Parts: sequence; C-alpha cells; structure tokens
Amino acid sequence: MNTPETTSKEQTDMSTAGGPSPERAQAAPEAARPGSVTGKAGHGVKLQDLNAYYGAQHAIKNVTIDFPPNEVTALIGPSGSGKSTVVRCINRMHEEIPGARAEGCVMLDELDVYAPNVDVTAVRRLIGMVFQKPNPFPTMSIFDNVAAGLRLTGTRSSDLRQLVERSLQSVGLWDEVKDRLNEPGIGLSGGQQQRLCIARTVAIEPEVILMDEPASALDPISTLKIEELIDELKERYTIVIVTHNMQQAARVANSTVFMLEGEVIEHDETNKMFTNPSDERTERYVTGKFG
Amino acid sequence: MSAIAASSLPQVSARRRWTDRVMRGSLVAATLLALVPLILILYFLLKRGLSAWTSSGFFTSDPTGSFFGNPGGIRSAILGSLEMVLLASLIAIPIGIGVALYLTEYGKDSWFANTVRYFVDVMTGVPSIMFGLFIYIVLVTSHFGGGSTAWKGSVALSLLMLPIVVRSAEVVLLLVPSSLREAALALGAPRWRVISRVVLPTAAPGLVTGSLLAVARGMGETAPLLFTVTFAFGLTFNLGSLMNSLPVQIYNDIQSPRSVIVNRAWGAGLTLVAIVLVLNIIARFIASRSRRA
Repeated sequence: MNTPETTSKEQTDMSTAGGPSPERAQAAPEAARPGSVTGKAGHGVKLQDLNAYYGAQHAIKNVTIDFPPNEVTALIGPSGSGKSTVVRCINRMHEEIPGARAEGCVMLDELDVYAPNVDVTAVRRLIGMVFQKPNPFPTMSIFDNVAAGLRLTGTRSSDLRQLVERSLQSVGLWDEVKDRLNEPGIGLSGGQQQRLCIARTVAIEPEVILMDEPASALDPISTLKIEELIDELKERYTIVIVTHNMQQAARVANSTVFMLEGEVIEHDETNKMFTNPSDERTERYVTGKFG
Repeated sequence: MSAIAASSLPQVSARRRWTDRVMRGSLVAATLLALVPLILILYFLLKRGLSAWTSSGFFTSDPTGSFFGNPGGIRSAILGSLEMVLLASLIAIPIGIGVALYLTEYGKDSWFANTVRYFVDVMTGVPSIMFGLFIYIVLVTSHFGGGSTAWKGSVALSLLMLPIVVRSAEVVLLLVPSSLREAALALGAPRWRVISRVVLPTAAPGLVTGSLLAVARGMGETAPLLFTVTFAFGLTFNLGSLMNSLPVQIYNDIQSPRSVIVNRAWGAGLTLVAIVLVLNIIARFIASRSRRA
C-alpha cells in the first residue's frame, strides 16, 4: 500500500503531481504529514462552484469546499441538505441517477474530474466510496469481495492473496475472518460487512475515500470500530465523511462542513464548529435546535 | 359507567348471519366447480395414460404408422419435442435475457424501452397459432432451406417463448438491489463488468426459473408446430427434416378410429404433463432456494 498504484495513466500523473501545498499544511499542521510514517503523500480534493441537479431540482448550489489531504472532513446538515449529493459528485456517481447532472469543477490535485477526456471509471478507482448500508456482493465469498475491485476493473495482480490479506488487516477484519475466507460475505454481521466493504475499497488503493454515513446502520460497538478505523485510514487517505451524527463528526473529523438546502453555510475546524460557530444557523443546528 | 358485557354490544341480526352463510357457501361452491374439470383431466390422464405407459415398447419404439398391427410407441415424439424445444430455448433465452438487460440496465424509462415493453406485452398475448402461421408464410411457403423442417418449428416456438423470457427476466433483474450496481460502479468497474460479474450472477437463480417456465410453456404448444414441422414417424436428430413431437402426435392420434392409438394419445399426454410438471418443480425449487439464501 506504500507504493502508488500505476494501473492507469491518470494515477501515474496523480502520484507525480501530488503533495500537499504549504498553505494547506499550515491550515492543519497536525494532519498533513507528507511522506510520514507510511510514506504516502496525500492528495487533496477541491470543489469549485459545484452545482448539481436532479432533473429540474437544484440540489447543490455553488458549493466550494477544500478537502485537505490526509485529513478527515465531515459533512453535516439536516436531511435533504445535499451532503450525500456532494460526495456523489466527487467520484461522479451522481450522474448514474437518471436525470441527474452536475456542473462546476471538482479537482483532485491537478486533475479535473469532470474534464471531457477523463475516463469516469479511472476517476472512481482513484476516489473510493463506502455506502450507508453495507453492500457486499451476495454471490461472492469474503475473499472474492475484497478482490472484487481488482477483478471488476480487470486489473491483474501478481499477489492477490497478499493484497486481500493486507486490505483485511488494514480494516481489522483479518483475524476475524482468516479461517473462513471462502464463506459468503453476507454471512458476516452488519459491522463486519461494513468493514469488509471498506477493505474492498482499500484494496483498489484509491487516493481519496468517500464515506456516506458509513455507520448509521450499525450498532454502537461497530460504529466505534469504524470510527477508530477512519482515524487510522487518514494516515494514508484523504477522507470525506457524511454523517447525521454530530458526536461522530466531533470525534473523527479534523474539519467540518455544515450544509443547509444545498449550500455550504460554514466550514471550519471541527472544534470551532461545535464550540464557537460563526453562523447562527450552524449554532442552532449543532445545539439541536433544528434538523 | 357500567362494565362491558356481551349484552352491551350491538347484536348481529339473523338476516346478516343468513346472508353470510349463503355467500360463503356460494364461494366454496364456485371453488369446487373450478376444481371439477381439473380433477377430471388428471383422472382421465392417469387412468388412460398409465395403461398406455404399461403397454410394451411405449417409450422405446417409434410410431409405425400402420393402421393395423402394432402402432408403436412415442419415443420419436419425446425426443423430437426435446430437440425442438432445446433449439428454441437456445434462441429465445439468450435473446430474451439480452432484451431484459437492455431494458433494466440501459433503456430504463426511455420511450424506446417503454415501446419495447409494450410490444413484448402484446406478444405475450398473441395466440400461438399466429406464430405458426407467421413462420409458415415467411419460412415454409418461401421454401427457405426446404419446406417444413424441425428448425422452423423451433423458430416458431422461440417466438412464443421470447416474450415470456423477457418479462420474467426483467422482473428478476429489477430485483437486483441498485446498491450492488452502485458498489461495483464506485469501484471503477465498467458497466459491462458490473452486468457480467455482479448483476447476472445475483439474478441467476431467478433467470433460470423464468427460462424453465418458458421452456415448459414451449413444450406443450401444438399450433406453432402444426404447419411448420408437420409430422413424422421415425426418430431423427436432423433438425433440417420433418420431426415428430408430443403435441402433434397427440393431435393426430386422438383422431384415430382405433382405440389403441387413441390410448397412445393419452399416454403421450400424460408424458407431456409429467415433463412440464418436472420443469415446474425444478423452477420452483430453484426459486425457493434462492429466496432462502
């Protein structure tokens, strides 16, 4: 996992163009550790004037957010505020919904994700995604679920077994499942399934991981495990997490974005967002007055 | 406030009770009436069919065609039916699943997909003799590759089976959760791999069930074969020649003045029902297993 993937042209470009810029490092000194323990420089995502639509409905309005590398950024806001739509725009999953479209700019370092010559499948290999409900492939074993990303993208791997083991280890699932790798993935508990799905995402070695309420369908203990996992994963990945749970945002995120009706109301360090927000609407939301 | 007792509830009138009894009785009577022909069919099939089954060489010899003497069995009819339905399935099932994949994965709610759906529905309701007539006019009277041949009957059967396969496959493919498609797409999989590696394997049991039901339907059809394949006595594995089949043999035998041959029709009928029944049981078995998984 320490060496950058070189399966696609874009990925190679990314690795050479990468590295956080100085002002980002200043904004979050404790998180930006280029070439740190794991030796992997993170890659940031920037949204510039992003607008997204479902048919005639204008769901995302002029959203500009900077997601710094190797940091966890949380998106909070009431239902229907457009949090999920924002993350789905980052890896271009938004356009899979009939009638949905997005305008504006999503930059992964120097790569414009929406540029006309960009292959959408290559983008999604760089920007992994974990969904709200655990969705392992029901016809596949635990092993095959982790290997699915490579097989589905036609990537040849010289040592698939090792990659699967490493991926399962990085989500803390290896010891629990190493003796039953050939059993179906849907036989695991909900929390294990979700960690399996994260392992599946980690196995394709993306640069950014998007998480759309990854723990909202899980019990408290599984939720805790996922949160600890997120904390470890930010060593290697840039993480964007949508959450309904404000305590969760406070626990895992370096910075937090508050959204309302498709607009960004406030984006600041998580501590400040929850103790001393600038906007009155943010304060009312984080103190539970609405939403 | 007084306690609630039976006397404090409104009473059901005698007239109401009587109406209830009459209506319930007539619903049961209607159900029994509907069962009468079904039971009679099974009774006669078993009574007359089983006696034919036990006659010597019933499953191992072909019809001789001689009016006097030994009429022979139904071997060529069973194998002929299986051959023609197999070819029809090879045509109808891949095309049908392909159409269903287009409708669910690509066409979705476009006007073209909806038009296709409408015509598939219309085709489901077309009387089977129309498929026979259509192939008769297009392929038989034009003498394309000979006159009446078995493969033309298979084409007529496949036309009949196609809409059944499409409709059942579409329902099953729609049952594949969209979260699985999203999971695969989010891993960077191209759509064709999402379909071949995730959607089709997940839907496989349902696709098999629907296809088996279409096969069962094709097995029992007479009309598409009457003009296109007509009839033959001997056993053949040449799909370019005339061929015997169970429905057509029944159709011919039942008109015979000789009771042995009429009995052979009953035996063939019982065989046909048994084959269709087995196909249905397999289909139900696969469907119930996949529901449990």
